[in-house]
Amino acid sequence: MSAFLQIQAIEKRWAHDVTIGPISLDIARGEILALLGPSGSGKTTMLRLLAGFETADGGRIAVASEDVTTVPPAQRRFGMVFQHYALFPHLDVGENVGFGLQGRGKGDEGRVEQKISEALALVDLAGYERRKVQELSGGQQQRVALARALAPEPRILLLDEPLSNLDPALRERTRHELREVIKRVGITTVFVTHEQEEAFDLGDRIAVLNQGRLEQSGAPDDLYEHPVNLFVATFVGRANVFRGKAARALGANGKGVLVVRPERLRFGAAGLPGVVRERRYIGAAAFFVVESDDQERFEVMAEPDAAKVGERVYVEATRVIAL
Amino acid sequence: MTVRSKRSDLAAAALTLLLAWLVIYPIVIVAADAAHPSALRDFFTRPGEWAALWASIWISLVSVILAAAIGIPLAFLFEWFDFPGRKTLGALIALPVVLPPLVGVIAFLFLYGESGFIARAVQSLLHLQNAPWRLQGAVAILLVHAYSMYVYFYLFTRAGLAKLDVSMLEAAQALGADRRATLWRVIVPLLRPSLVGAAILTFMTALGSFSAPYIFGGGFRVMTTQIVATKLNGDLPLAMVETVALALVAVAGLAILRRTEGDDILVALGKGIAPRPRPIRRASVRWLAAGAGWGLAVLLLLPHLTLALVSLVPYGAWTTEVLPPVINFDNYRRLFSETERLRPLWNSLWMASASTAVAVVIALVGGWLVVRRRVALRRAIEALLALPWALPGTVFAIALAITFSVHAPLQLRFVLVGTAVILPLAYLVRALPLTGRGVLAAYRQLDPSLEEAAASLGAGRWRTLARVTLPQLRPGLAAGASLAFVAALGDIVASIVLYTYETRPVSIEILSSLRLAETGVAAAFGVVLMLVSAVVLGVGARR
Repeated sequence: MSAFLQIQAIEKRWAHDVTIGPISLDIARGEILALLGPSGSGKTTMLRLLAGFETADGGRIAVASEDVTTVPPAQRRFGMVFQHYALFPHLDVGENVGFGLQGRGKGDEGRVEQKISEALALVDLAGYERRKVQELSGGQQQRVALARALAPEPRILLLDEPLSNLDPALRERTRHELREVIKRVGITTVFVTHEQEEAFDLGDRIAVLNQGRLEQSGAPDDLYEHPVNLFVATFVGRANVFRGKAARALGANGKGVLVVRPERLRFGAAGLPGVVRERRYIGAAAFFVVESDDQERFEVMAEPDAAKVGERVYVEATRVIAL
Repeated sequence: MTVRSKRSDLAAAALTLLLAWLVIYPIVIVAADAAHPSALRDFFTRPGEWAALWASIWISLVSVILAAAIGIPLAFLFEWFDFPGRKTLGALIALPVVLPPLVGVIAFLFLYGESGFIARAVQSLLHLQNAPWRLQGAVAILLVHAYSMYVYFYLFTRAGLAKLDVSMLEAAQALGADRRATLWRVIVPLLRPSLVGAAILTFMTALGSFSAPYIFGGGFRVMTTQIVATKLNGDLPLAMVETVALALVAVAGLAILRRTEGDDILVALGKGIAPRPRPIRRASVRWLAAGAGWGLAVLLLLPHLTLALVSLVPYGAWTTEVLPPVINFDNYRRLFSETERLRPLWNSLWMASASTAVAVVIALVGGWLVVRRRVALRRAIEALLALPWALPGTVFAIALAITFSVHAPLQLRFVLVGTAVILPLAYLVRALPLTGRGVLAAYRQLDPSLEEAAASLGAGRWRTLARVTLPQLRPGLAAGASLAFVAALGDIVASIVLYTYETRPVSIEILSSLRLAETGVAAAFGVVLMLVSAVVLGVGARR
């Protein structure tokens, strides 16, 4: 797998104590990469560096072996979908989608019109050319933004928190549609999100960023089952952290930290003793908050009737991550 | 430091220097020259000077009170109550805005002056020998000010009320506040920024007002008319001291009023829906409100109508009758067929257009540097753009007259007085705060990702400017530019100090027509100014 988009030791210094990078990442042709991290982790800066809106203080960005580090955004041929879509309010849907087609001075009017309707058909908005963007729903606006970014056939597609503006009910469906369109076009994609679920669902691979550093990159299963450090373990998915005696009670050897997912804990006859303090019912299962004898609290996911509040229990782990 | 930010810092430095040269340098020169011992002694010892200064202050304060007393109740009436004709009347009520100051003043003269319609009617009704009154002095000035300036309070209060969140009023009621308590403890504090804004605008306008005291003042002098009179008498050093005194009063007034402004945050918090106008239930009260509203509209429109009527009266045709015996289009025919009459119109149009165009370009560059590039000098640029607003027009007129009547290229002083450049330059200075504020506000509301989206779609800088930035800035830009254009078109304050015969604008021509008793021609000019102003403001206010 050769890298189509190469990010090599890219760096951005905002102030002398706020630095992003150096970060290196290789992204294959057609791959969808998620940049996942909390706010302030530098993920949006990374995306803006890729788009060319920020200039790097070091490092190199290349597409198909062509160095684009200093190429201005207008000549970079990277498509971008903005967090709030940035649709031009004074232009209609068709003019928005056609914006990137006219600037490059290729093709006649009929060709442009055809490309606009193709792009709109791709996002399931055929026939929406003359609608005003203000009249569209949030989900439709998002799709127009996608069609606009894809219409000029960019080399790379960049998405800034593409689903954060949609209400939760719509989010999951849109996520699948978005992935489907991207895969159909086959475009290499980088997107930014702070939601682990979104990253898992939409991305082929995930790069976890924290405080300007790349913590780990890999497939969703990889990150979940084999996090390289405590940050990744706790940021990606729910996690209980055990140290010392509690860790040893769950089977740790040595002084290391033990991370256990709530669904990897169960109530048993022996193990770590504690008292159930809270029960949160979520339908298929329930989360039990258990307080151990040294006042540490942790979560166990189990059958809804597995324990009662106030009950004294023993907890054992089916799989642990030792760090 | 990237190349891009270095270049914008350079541009910012150039713009700051240009603005400083335009708006600060002349003031500095006047202030320096005013430190002239004998002129200072004259100023401090002559009682007339103190009287004029004091008159300026109290006239301005009373103008604020009168304008508030008319404008605020009207705003509540139109924003909160529904009655027949509310929408139409609500728009009509802002009509005094389309009258340039001098035109409004002569309309008042034709209407309420000693030989105006009202005086003639009263005289013939009561069979009096002489006119029943003379419209003169402080009362006349205050009447004109109240008429033309209540609009500020009306518009500001309505805007403030429209921003109120209805749920905040409901919250007050739910907490047990009755109507009175809601008004004083919730509504008034929330309206305070709007009210103070209107008070500042009224105070500054009244302090800088020139037309009303010039036409109606008689022996009653305020500082603006005093300065122009002193300059016409040739006593330049004293005029400079007076100018500095007026500027100091303006700055002090602004500073004091600003302190009462309070937090803008209060208003910004309210994001909800404004209360809907309540229909007046009792039929008799509803019709009374409508009747009073229409009566008021007629009262407000009388000056406009008077102007139109007087413009149709040919020269010398109207002597003692209550209503003019002959009306025709003679005055307009003369105005548009005689080159010497057409010239002031042409002068005003091109000078206003040129100054507005340059002010728009400066505001755009300034807005881009301040908001987008966030250059180090952004505060300086913003302050310089706003500064001319804080000083009366007469101050700048005198300052420019003094600064640009000397040839000293090394001091960046050139002889511009007497050329065609000086008046557009003076208009430009006055236009900067208007276009600057409009463009800066619009730029701040413009989502930067729109421009980035254009760039990511392959649009270069100019295409982005033309296709995305300018269309988005258009409402703010058009509002600022139309106000600037209308102000320049009807300007008298700067014009009377700086005009030459060749470059005389309409306002000067109106004054000389009045002096020759050609009231019809003066009114015809006034009507033309009024119509052009109305059209330009109408276009500028379109969303």
